[in-house]
Amino acid sequence: MPHRTFFWFFFPSGLAMLLFIGLPIISSFFQSLHIEPEQILMEVEKCDPFGCKTETKVDIEATTKLQEEQPLGRFNGLGTYGDRNHLAFDEIKEAWTNSSSIAEFTDILLNLPFYKALLFTLTFCFAVTPPVVVLGFIVALSVNTITKSLKGPTIFGVILPMIVTPLIGSLVLFWMIDAKGILGSFIQYLFDDPNLSLKSSSQLTWITLIIYGIWHNTPFAFVVFYAALQTVPQDPLEAAIIDGASRYERVRHIVIPHLYPVATFIILICLMDNFRVLEPIIGFAAEGVAQSLSWMIYNDLRSENKMLFGSAGATSMLTIIGVAILLTPVLIRTWREFRTER
Amino acid sequence: MKKLLIALLFTFVSTSAYAGGHSPCGVTDGSIKILANEFTTYRIFMDEVKSCAGPDADFSVTHSVDHNKLQVAALSANPAEFSAKLVTNGSITTLMNDNLIRPLDDLVAKYGSALQDNQKIVIDGKIYAIAFMANAQHLWYRESILNDLGIAVPSTYEEVIAAAEKIKASGKMANPYAGAFKSGWNLGQEFVNMYLGHGGDFFKAGTAEVSVNNAKGVAALNMLKRLTEVSNPDFLTQDTNAVKEEWESGNVALMHVWNSGAASLLDDEGDQAIKADTRLANSPTVGGGSKPATTLWWDGFGIATNTSDANAEASFRALLGAATSTEMANANPNATIWLIDGYSPGDTAGPVVDAANRGATPYPSLPYMSLLHGALSTELVEFLQGNESAEKALADVEAAYVAKATEQGFL
Repeated sequence: MPHRTFFWFFFPSGLAMLLFIGLPIISSFFQSLHIEPEQILMEVEKCDPFGCKTETKVDIEATTKLQEEQPLGRFNGLGTYGDRNHLAFDEIKEAWTNSSSIAEFTDILLNLPFYKALLFTLTFCFAVTPPVVVLGFIVALSVNTITKSLKGPTIFGVILPMIVTPLIGSLVLFWMIDAKGILGSFIQYLFDDPNLSLKSSSQLTWITLIIYGIWHNTPFAFVVFYAALQTVPQDPLEAAIIDGASRYERVRHIVIPHLYPVATFIILICLMDNFRVLEPIIGFAAEGVAQSLSWMIYNDLRSENKMLFGSAGATSMLTIIGVAILLTPVLIRTWREFRTER
Repeated sequence: MKKLLIALLFTFVSTSAYAGGHSPCGVTDGSIKILANEFTTYRIFMDEVKSCAGPDADFSVTHSVDHNKLQVAALSANPAEFSAKLVTNGSITTLMNDNLIRPLDDLVAKYGSALQDNQKIVIDGKIYAIAFMANAQHLWYRESILNDLGIAVPSTYEEVIAAAEKIKASGKMANPYAGAFKSGWNLGQEFVNMYLGHGGDFFKAGTAEVSVNNAKGVAALNMLKRLTEVSNPDFLTQDTNAVKEEWESGNVALMHVWNSGAASLLDDEGDQAIKADTRLANSPTVGGGSKPATTLWWDGFGIATNTSDANAEASFRALLGAATSTEMANANPNATIWLIDGYSPGDTAGPVVDAANRGATPYPSLPYMSLLHGALSTELVEFLQGNESAEKALADVEAAYVAKATEQGFL
């Protein structure tokens, strides 16, 4: 394709990306460098049904004036990035000098909100992605072999978890695994323990979330693999059959190599998606034990007080950096393959 | 025809009731959009607001348990998403901090002749909200179960735990106690109650500097831990509404929830045997203290700053009509404690009145209290799961609060 044609072909989506992805990122970055202006407090008399007393209140006039002078807030540089709710440099330094063993240091580290969230996010990413790829591949292979008349309904059934809105899907499962729900009571019956509850311990909640993640993401891998399976060349497969290759050998030596680039693509998308995990945490009411980076952003913007744009912006930037680091190995690999093909 | 009849009847009733002032009901212009919490008493109140607004009014109400999380974003927009918000002494401060609700003195002067003085929430000389009910959390118990086992009604939390353990040991119930321990606002509120019951102060006097990591805080946390041990193992996912469902399913014999819960717990739906067995008791004290471990709340409404004057007036009129409706209050005497003139309290009001008499504190209306409440919401979970010491959990609460309060400009 000539460069000129490519440019005009790419221009509309490039423009949309710049407007709706590029600019918001830049704006979040600027916001993350600022914190709210100082709140000026005053003592006033406050009367309610329980009586009158003197209480502290924000001096609205003075604070509004400050806000108008600095609409972005006070400049804080990279201060927000280093505070306890983000990278927590001071706390880590202190923990490093004061802790007697690596285990103690890790304990302190993983107690800090950002690292706690990072640990869950990464665990979720790496526990969900490989099973999704493997399961998606197996399901695609199986669906590919069934008779034509059954294919339609089967594909619909397989894709269903992806069609269900994540929040709804997780809420449905949340009630099913409740101690009195159908799955919850079955598990209690199975292990003969009336106090067993999937929602009560961190580990079990994590496992539930991961299983949900696999359930929800497998259809995506299936769809992509299934489409790619239709492009597997028939000639080598027929030749292999004539040579007496078993089904396993055909899959191992012809189908898998053919689908390799597709698998890379799926891993890339899955890692990216799972790094942003949010809905199942809300749906399963798991905020207490499983927090992800996206949940931290959500919590900054939807807590019971003023929205903490600076803090949310900083976490967003760190998330973007996280995604970039995570994808680098895959991207380098793709780039190398691209170079050798040329 | 029926609508017309109701409207006519209403005009008649309201004109007679508000002789002397302008009648608030029968709104014809301006739109009324209200954001409110979700529980039965608010539903009763909103039905009255709607009928006061009249059939010609452009009226909508959004009930959500997440109202506190929505309010700042929704009312900051200009024009605001809602023209009015039902507020409490807890949620009003966040709206006041950002100047999101307007003074109501003009509207009160025009329409508010039927208001009682204690309904007016006056801050620095201006009326910012109109209260219509008072609420508090207190103990509820199943009379037959306590009687069968010869347990006296607990008056301290130590007795609550002893009673729960006795019920558990008898095999009647596996998890006899329930409280709203859902991680988030509810969990924070449980700590607030327990800490105040121990006589604690959240901040160093007159400053935004937090101080909860002390002996009283540790004692409060340990008490919460012991309560969760006699609760459903899913306690971290149960909010007030879930606890009420547990109660109505007969799984719980003791619980500490809102007085307004009577509206749904004592209605004609659900298991009538459990309803007949349900009793209200005073909120317990804890750790030898004299104040009950609970907080006093008022519920009222505020009008958005960022809405047109016509919408503000329309919303104020409709809400005021309900907030001064003696008929509604006396038709639902047990739904809550109405602050409305002419209301005669039902038989469920006792525990709230008792809490007020014994010196329970109102929930602190400090501008930075919601930040501390937020920190409590998330940082106490690990302690309750047994993965962290009480001191460590409280140190985490303080550190999380300091980071957020610094970013908001309070420190």
